[in-house]
Amino acid sequence: MSVNDQSYIPLIEMDGVTKYYMMAREKTTVLHNVSLKVDHGEFLAIVGPSGSGKSTLMNIIGCLDTPSEGSYKLEGSEMNGQSDNKLTVMRNQKIGFIFQGYHLLPKLTALENCELPLIYRGLPGKLRKQLAKEALERVGLGNRLHHRQSELSGGQQQRVAIARALATNPPMLLADEPTGALDSKTGMEVLNMMEELNQTGQTIVLITHDMEVAQRARRTVVIRDGVLTELGRRNDDEAYARLVNGREERLIEQA
Amino acid sequence: MKLTQGLLMAVKSVLSNKLRTILSMLGILIGVATVIALVAMGKASSNEVAEQVSSLGSPNSLSATITGRGTVTSLTVDEANELGDVMNIEGVAPVTSSNAYAKYGKTQASVAVEGITPAYEQVKDFPVQDGRYIAPPDINNASRVALIGVDTATDLFGEEGENPAEAVGKKITINGYNFTIVGLLESQGTSIAGSNDEKILIPITTAQKIFQTSGVTTINLLVADTDLMSATVTAIEAVLYEKFRGNENAYRVFNQEEAMETLNSVNETMNRQLIYVAIISLVVGGIGIMNIMLVSVTERTREIGIRKSLGAKKRDILFQFLVEAVCISGLGGALGIGLGYIASFVIGLVMHTETEVPGDTVLLSFAFSALVGVIFGYLPANKAAGLKPVDALRYD
Repeated sequence: MSVNDQSYIPLIEMDGVTKYYMMAREKTTVLHNVSLKVDHGEFLAIVGPSGSGKSTLMNIIGCLDTPSEGSYKLEGSEMNGQSDNKLTVMRNQKIGFIFQGYHLLPKLTALENCELPLIYRGLPGKLRKQLAKEALERVGLGNRLHHRQSELSGGQQQRVAIARALATNPPMLLADEPTGALDSKTGMEVLNMMEELNQTGQTIVLITHDMEVAQRARRTVVIRDGVLTELGRRNDDEAYARLVNGREERLIEQA
Repeated sequence: MKLTQGLLMAVKSVLSNKLRTILSMLGILIGVATVIALVAMGKASSNEVAEQVSSLGSPNSLSATITGRGTVTSLTVDEANELGDVMNIEGVAPVTSSNAYAKYGKTQASVAVEGITPAYEQVKDFPVQDGRYIAPPDINNASRVALIGVDTATDLFGEEGENPAEAVGKKITINGYNFTIVGLLESQGTSIAGSNDEKILIPITTAQKIFQTSGVTTINLLVADTDLMSATVTAIEAVLYEKFRGNENAYRVFNQEEAMETLNSVNETMNRQLIYVAIISLVVGGIGIMNIMLVSVTERTREIGIRKSLGAKKRDILFQFLVEAVCISGLGGALGIGLGYIASFVIGLVMHTETEVPGDTVLLSFAFSALVGVIFGYLPANKAAGLKPVDALRYD
């Protein structure tokens, strides 16, 4: 797939996205004219301190919310102004969510948790079980299928969450602070796993406030006060290093 | 999402929170059990009424009472017997009744005396246990013979220290006239109209003589086919209407069905009121379910957010919570039916009547409890379905 191809459709194409909320009759703008393009197969990190608007950006990318202005195209279809149901279908088909707090259902087993998005997709039970099992095996939890959340460690829980996100084989994994609740060693394992997934062609969008985590991505954008700035790609080393080092210090100060 | 999958999910969730499920279904359970028990009780009392009414006579009997108002005040025995010609009438037993004093030795008793014809035995199904019945010659000769009821026999002869069972052949006086007892009547027990065993039966001609009356007071009729009861009643009324020259106040035709209906309508009114009370308790139970479901929605906000982020549509969430509510109320209804059966059994034992739980009531109360689940589950389910995934995920 080449960028020069006329029929090529990027995974994410954001153009002039603005988001504001009405708070006590006062308009609070959270995102200012954000434009972003993500291709299939990328590993993108969106970095920003708390209050920068990165959660809002993630919600819009994740089809959990819609822009106030501007255009957001996910695999070519416009999301702005879509109905709740259409957004739900897009979430189910295009996106695998990985949350900071894992967001597993505590009463369900690992396998059942991974089956959830497949249930809402309307797949038959046998296929569901097979896909869920395969996903869990992919994250190395083939021997923990029938464990509940309380019987798993934090790292294992996050891996179940990753498996759940992978089960539907979505074009994009959207990870919100995936290492936020983990110790650094387990966090590193989770990041390693994401890196591996990316190497098999899985697009990953990672949202974090932690520059160290963001460095694992191949491309980084920074969001501050609702404005998005491209930091660079890991392969154009010099510029990247300069930008990262310079901004990293400031970001850490502010965080 | 598939329907069966949704059902399975809801049932799982209901079962995973047992204490809460039981507590929230309690209202419906008690409501349904009350309905079942009350209906069973109502059935029992209407069965009792039917029993009492049938003790007035068999269901194929009919009686015409001559009240004697208007220009023609009475009916002769022959005229009464003519009613036997009306279609569907199998037997006619005209009666003239009055009260008199019967005396044996030194014992005296006030007793109902009925002047009868031999047909009385068949029409009223009231045979003798000892001696003979009143026969046609007794009517023709106006004989001074009498049949005596067991209670009256006990009153008269028991007081004198004699065995009431050996009443036949004894001589008594009725209003001073000498009578010979020729038969002891079988015991018929007590009906709502009074004791059937406290009476003396004498030939109708004799009765007319000693009480100086010419007509009959009551005509008992036996109907061949009870399905034609109302047509027969109409025909009898037509004959009597003509005999009394259009004075409808002079007679009254009375049949059992009518009596049963009157008594049952009282019963039904009472039952209906009890059912209203029970329905109110079902509604209260429904409100209980709504309460719990609303709490459950708040408690599971994050779960709803997770499900929505994974692709659960509005209607999937609505369906899930609605099915949960219906599961709770339906389960409550089912257990309530069981409890109602037990309650009606216990009531039957305590009240010494046979209670009966009609099948349609069971079905209806189950359907109603499920409906309560739908109605009172809708608001919480709708609240859950309307949550925004962003807000729901942020909720702790």
